[in-house]
Amino acid sequence: MKILTEHINTPGIETFDVYRKKGGYTAVEKAIKTMGPDAVVEEVKKSGVRGRGGAGFPMGMKWSFLAKPEGVPRYLVCNADESEPGTFKDHYLMKNIPHLLIEGMIISSYALGANKSFIYVRGELMYVIHILEKAIEEAKAAGFLGKNILGSGYDLELIVQPGGGAYICGEETALLESLEGKRGNPRNKPPFPAVKGLYQCPTVVNNVESIATTSWIINNGGEAYAAIGIGKSTGTKLISASGHINKPGVYEIDLGVSCDEFLNSDEYCGGVRKGHYLKAVVAGGSSVPIVPGHLFLKTANGEDRLMSYESLSDGGFATGTMLGSGGFIVFDETACIVRNTWNFARFYEHESCGQCSPCREGTGWMQKVLNRIEHGKGSMHDIDLLVDISKKIEGNTICPLGDAAAWPVASAIRHFRDEFEWHIKEPIAATRPGAVYMKESVLV
Amino acid sequence: MIELTNTIAFTPERLAKAQEMIARYPEGRQKSALMPIMHLAQEQFAWMSQDVMDYVASLLNITPVEVYEVATFYTMFHLEPVGKHVIEYCRTGPCVLMGGEEVYAHLTQKLGVKKGQTTSDGLFTLKEVECLAACGWGPCFQIREKYYMNLTNDKVDKIIAELSR
Ligand SMILES: Cc1cc2nc3c(=O)[nH]c(=O)nc-3n(C[C@H](O)[C@H](O)[C@H](O)COP(=O)(O)O)c2cc1C
Ligand code: SF4
Ligand code: FES
Repeated sequence: MKILTEHINTPGIETFDVYRKKGGYTAVEKAIKTMGPDAVVEEVKKSGVRGRGGAGFPMGMKWSFLAKPEGVPRYLVCNADESEPGTFKDHYLMKNIPHLLIEGMIISSYALGANKSFIYVRGELMYVIHILEKAIEEAKAAGFLGKNILGSGYDLELIVQPGGGAYICGEETALLESLEGKRGNPRNKPPFPAVKGLYQCPTVVNNVESIATTSWIINNGGEAYAAIGIGKSTGTKLISASGHINKPGVYEIDLGVSCDEFLNSDEYCGGVRKGHYLKAVVAGGSSVPIVPGHLFLKTANGEDRLMSYESLSDGGFATGTMLGSGGFIVFDETACIVRNTWNFARFYEHESCGQCSPCREGTGWMQKVLNRIEHGKGSMHDIDLLVDISKKIEGNTICPLGDAAAWPVASAIRHFRDEFEWHIKEPIAATRPGAVYMKESVLV
Repeated sequence: MIELTNTIAFTPERLAKAQEMIARYPEGRQKSALMPIMHLAQEQFAWMSQDVMDYVASLLNITPVEVYEVATFYTMFHLEPVGKHVIEYCRTGPCVLMGGEEVYAHLTQKLGVKKGQTTSDGLFTLKEVECLAACGWGPCFQIREKYYMNLTNDKVDKIIAELSR
């Protein structure tokens, strides 16, 4: 089912006119003219759609938690910070079909009773910000934004806000700080944004893809949405596929498609690069545990693994991983797991905001230890040291970036310990340019 | 290098835009316009000198320190003079899998600079950045608003030649 990407290749779909001809903005009309805000929330609840930014929290439930004190404005903030390595779906969606997000923002703002809503876009995507601003102007000219939308008395203004280059601003409270013109330091919770968010007012933060689903849900009903997918993984999901595959790109899948089909069919990734073997997969963005190819394709019980929240996490961290943001990264036998783990560790060290010492010190320490292992200067003790540091970070920080930094390291060692040991035992061989550890048994 | 004069001021168009930005936030929340205006400032002045940051502070009626704090937190703001074209090269894992390190080595050799440095003719500054949300189209870099993707050594040569003209 193509819910978000059905029209994405239609020429001119970035313009209001073409988008409208393809049925665009009918969901706004339906919601505002025939449904009250609560009915919209109800439909979204029925759909079972879960937050597509990474955590997978049910969107309708989040909306129903929004505090509604009298006389206090409420805000909707769209999280378009998209900075998790491996993830580029929101970029793809916004640049190609901006009106899908604008329409979703109108429906969602209406449901939440917000009159000023924000789209916080990572600053590097300034060209996408211009595309969104143009789409907003067009929607305003057509009467779908601004004062008294479609004669309903409902007013809405959309503001596109640039970030400044900081992964941490994807964390929702850091994002709110940033939007207030400050450094992006995550806030202590509680209070949660639903009670005290932007400008200390009740706020909902949702991912681009989450908000973009609302048009289809309103047009077709929450039940129809829930009929797609599998179990609690309802609907479709955009997967950003990169790495050693024949067809990198963004794919919309029905949740529950098998991992084998997603990786190997021509409809999606088209298989591992010609002449190469599958070694490992990061299924949901750099923060989720890396798994060897065989554990990506099948669970520890030997069942086919599916692209769904539940199936990908089957087996817990011992043998499973997570769907996360859908940043799907494939490694063939030429990839060095140690080097990649070091690369990601360096990323998290760079992006830690520095507020909590386990994260600030731990990410730096892990990076240094991995750096010396990768460059042939490690000792066997370093491997246990890394595991130890990762455990000390996990669960001991203000925001989940600490966990996000710890998991990739812990999982790489869990599944590829011998590759780390090889770097230590055979430093000369391991540091030769292009050298990679080959162990046939892990290749699929 | 782009030399700054002592008189820092937005062009009339940018000033109008900045004022529009300031007005769009709720009453009393004008500081939200800080980063949008800093981007405007960097677009015009190329980097965030202290004079530029002080000017931004004056537009928003906030203390200069509030601007410095933000400028030093976010990596997109250049705190040193930069060349005409700032190449922001993605060094993160997925791009590395696509050959990002090899293309980067070629680029540094070609320009004769390391990260953070500017070529002697003042044309290029090389910066390393993290994932640009274009991993499926890597290796990639960005210059101002433009993304250059699916890079190869040949492609890099062409881009540099074009921008050197
Ligand atoms: C370090 C960090 C980075 C994050 N980056 C993003 C991001 O770029 N985009 C996003 O939508 N959510 C991101 N999140 C998740 C958000 O905090 C939040 O859960 C999400 O925006 C909620 O929207 P959703 O429920 O629609 O997914 C990040 C979280 C953390 C801890
Ligand atoms: S966990 Fe890291 S990024 Fe998050 S608040 Fe603490 S120091 Fe900052
Ligand atoms: S890793 Fe280079 S764009 Fe994501």
